[in-house]
Amino acid sequence: MTRFIINRIWQALIVLLVMSFVIYGLIGLMPGDPLDIMIASNPGATPEVVAHLRAIYGLDQPLMLRYWHWLMSALMGDFGFSRIHSQPTLEVLGPALLQTCKLLIASFVVSVVLSLVLGIIAALRPGGFVDNTISLIAFAGISVPVFWLALMMILVFAVKLHWFPASGMGNIGDGGFMDQARHLIMPVTTLALANTGGFIRYVRASMIETLRMDHVRTARAKGAGEGRVVLVHAFRNALIPVVTVIALNFGTLFSGALLTETMFAQPGMGKMIYDAILGNDFNLALTGLLFATVITLLSNLLADLAYGWLDPRIAVA
Amino acid sequence: MRLRAALAATTILAFAGVAGVAQAKDDLVIGVSQFPSSLNPNIDSEVVKLYINDFGIRPITAFDKDWKNSCLLCTQLPTLENGLAKLEDQPDGKAGMAVTIKLKPDLKWGDGIPVTTKDLMFTWKLGLDPASGFSNNHPWNRATRIDVVDEHTAVLHLSSVTVSYNEWDQLLPEHIEAPVVAKLANVGDYIKQTTFTRAPLTPGLYDGPYMITAYQSGSQIVMEPNPNWAGEKPGFKHIVIKTIENTSALQANLLSGDVDMVAGEGIGLTIDLALALRKQQPAKFDYEFKPSLTYEHIDIQSGNPILADVRVRRALLYAADRQTMVNRLFEGLQPVAATWVNPLDPNYTKDTATYPYDAAKAKALLAEAGWKPGGDGICRNDKGERLSIELTTTAGNRLRELQEQVLQSQWKAACIDTVIRNEPARTLFGETLKKRVYPGLAMYGWSSGVGESPRRTLGSSDIPTAANNYGGSNYIAFKDDVMDADITKAASELDPAKQKVIWAEMQKIYADQVPVLPLFFRAEPHIVPKWLKGYTPTGHGDFSPLWAENWKSG
Repeated sequence: MTRFIINRIWQALIVLLVMSFVIYGLIGLMPGDPLDIMIASNPGATPEVVAHLRAIYGLDQPLMLRYWHWLMSALMGDFGFSRIHSQPTLEVLGPALLQTCKLLIASFVVSVVLSLVLGIIAALRPGGFVDNTISLIAFAGISVPVFWLALMMILVFAVKLHWFPASGMGNIGDGGFMDQARHLIMPVTTLALANTGGFIRYVRASMIETLRMDHVRTARAKGAGEGRVVLVHAFRNALIPVVTVIALNFGTLFSGALLTETMFAQPGMGKMIYDAILGNDFNLALTGLLFATVITLLSNLLADLAYGWLDPRIAVA
Repeated sequence: MRLRAALAATTILAFAGVAGVAQAKDDLVIGVSQFPSSLNPNIDSEVVKLYINDFGIRPITAFDKDWKNSCLLCTQLPTLENGLAKLEDQPDGKAGMAVTIKLKPDLKWGDGIPVTTKDLMFTWKLGLDPASGFSNNHPWNRATRIDVVDEHTAVLHLSSVTVSYNEWDQLLPEHIEAPVVAKLANVGDYIKQTTFTRAPLTPGLYDGPYMITAYQSGSQIVMEPNPNWAGEKPGFKHIVIKTIENTSALQANLLSGDVDMVAGEGIGLTIDLALALRKQQPAKFDYEFKPSLTYEHIDIQSGNPILADVRVRRALLYAADRQTMVNRLFEGLQPVAATWVNPLDPNYTKDTATYPYDAAKAKALLAEAGWKPGGDGICRNDKGERLSIELTTTAGNRLRELQEQVLQSQWKAACIDTVIRNEPARTLFGETLKKRVYPGLAMYGWSSGVGESPRRTLGSSDIPTAANNYGGSNYIAFKDDVMDADITKAASELDPAKQKVIWAEMQKIYADQVPVLPLFFRAEPHIVPKWLKGYTPTGHGDFSPLWAENWKSG
């Protein structure tokens, strides 16, 4: 097991190195440079001023040289300075990561619990009324744009009913746990609803397939109760493909909650990475994307380890 | 089950109760659609940063709501008439100026330290160093020498006679920033180490009526009254600037009461959303649509052989019914532009060609230029070439895309075919415009200051080229000797009457040669609560928060 984990860590480091090169190069290929927008809005930005600023930000150097400098600094723990936030990259990343963790973990738990419960219920009577209703809900969740869902949530629960705040992370002078929780309810619900539909479909399909397997039939023949058959004999086996999908989604969610974060003014990793790419903030975009890569690799490693727990026949060592 | 239901209902009511409490009028929550990258007044030039800084960091002078220059940190605006500005000869014999600035004696930073000429000297010295990373060091490098008379009086010696001699920017707090600069191995690192970004809650950074007391990056900024402010007492205990980037969500926040007002300086709602809101909620807010200095226009590719003919350019303007477009799309609130100069600008002249809609005249001009309607309704020349022009703008900008469609339809009626090919903003501004690779027309907005010289957009010195690393903003590569001479003269002409004559000539050149198709001046929608008193939008780059101490809850 230890050797397996060490091997995976080595693989991850190689992936990160390659990814850093590819991402840096791709961002560098995008048109314009970070100072273009500033020039357009700044009456005093003479060519001389712009040349000085380019030198200060290192933009006057060739792309590969900039990458090399970044890489050497990153290996020493310095991930550079974010131009669009005017702060060291890690100082920008920290609060964004914390915000994403709050939003993501809460919505992920809600989403997984909901999808497991509804997916199993739907799989018990495929084609029945309950299955059809749950499938309808799942498809609605998959189909409804997050942007629209978020807006509807705001209009109903903030504008009409005044139940929850429409945006932000806390009220002035408050910011306590309950205050933060209140501000998280709508974004968490939106993100959870958007993800639950897909998960329900995976759980349902996996459960239907597992419930048709011989060992389930044998368990029933041996007189095991339906609850035990479903939850013990079928569910654990059905989880293996579901875990893969959930693990992959976890990494994506980490950098992909952009719309939810934007609509509810909860700036997290998704928004930070998006702004960094648009603003040609190489250091921040690169660090953010690499962090998202690390999360994806880690969640896949955890998924691999979970396989062994779910089915001891799957050896990881 | 009943217990669970009761618990759920109680929880919801508890949430509703707390969330439903309206903001006390001690607080004013302002919604904006952007978050600033830095709060240092000299680093980067962002509208949202200027807006936020205006509550707490005052420039020495600013243009007021009537577009007149006025003192904010000084006691009296320097002018030739009052003797605080004088012409003088430089040591090299060239004409220069001596400008006396008298700082208000009761000015203090948020930590109680007085604002003095030490701050002026520090800011000037840092601004003189091009390596310090000031995004605009021009305000300071106009002065070659400063004589300090006393703690509150200094004489700035300018190296040339300049019309903007009495326009001066914000000061940096010497007692806070000088130690930062002293520790730097390289002054270029100042932009990374400035206290404005490293510790924006430092009270000593602020000399205005409010100072920043809480800062959540990307989300919100909270300001409280500066206890050492000696002017009009601020009307709110808190002013919160809340960033909600999606304008639909921003609108919903306004309706829900999570924000009290939306900033109108181009960082709030777009005009279409504001108009829709006014229709939906006419009585809930006060709406003001203030024409601004940002003018929407269409750049013309000077290398395009069709557009090289001034008759075609004029025909394009005659064939575009800009007034109807503004009436239909914006309820007539955005004034049609004749040139880049806003009618509110003191240097505006109405004695220029205006090209009101006249399809017949457009066709006649095209015919004169050799373009006759073909079988498909599109004009052709003697060689059989179609009069087809490509129009580009920022993809995804809903309003500009609508304007494009209106123009396409109007031009088609005048036998001009328009091919729309839009690009993402970063491509348009990052490559296409500055390298002038757009084949026909490019539509976008341009902002300038009150009385700002058109050097950046019409001066031949500012044509972006590979040689100047595409540093200028004259994207149309306009080159006219008279215009260049006027730009130079306007920069140093101190007589307002003569200044007006020079500006009139520049506007005439623009209107006659039509190097650009002017569309309209943007009107910025200010949506404020009815209980907010003393709010006065300006329409120019010195924003309304510069007078935020007058905002009261009434």
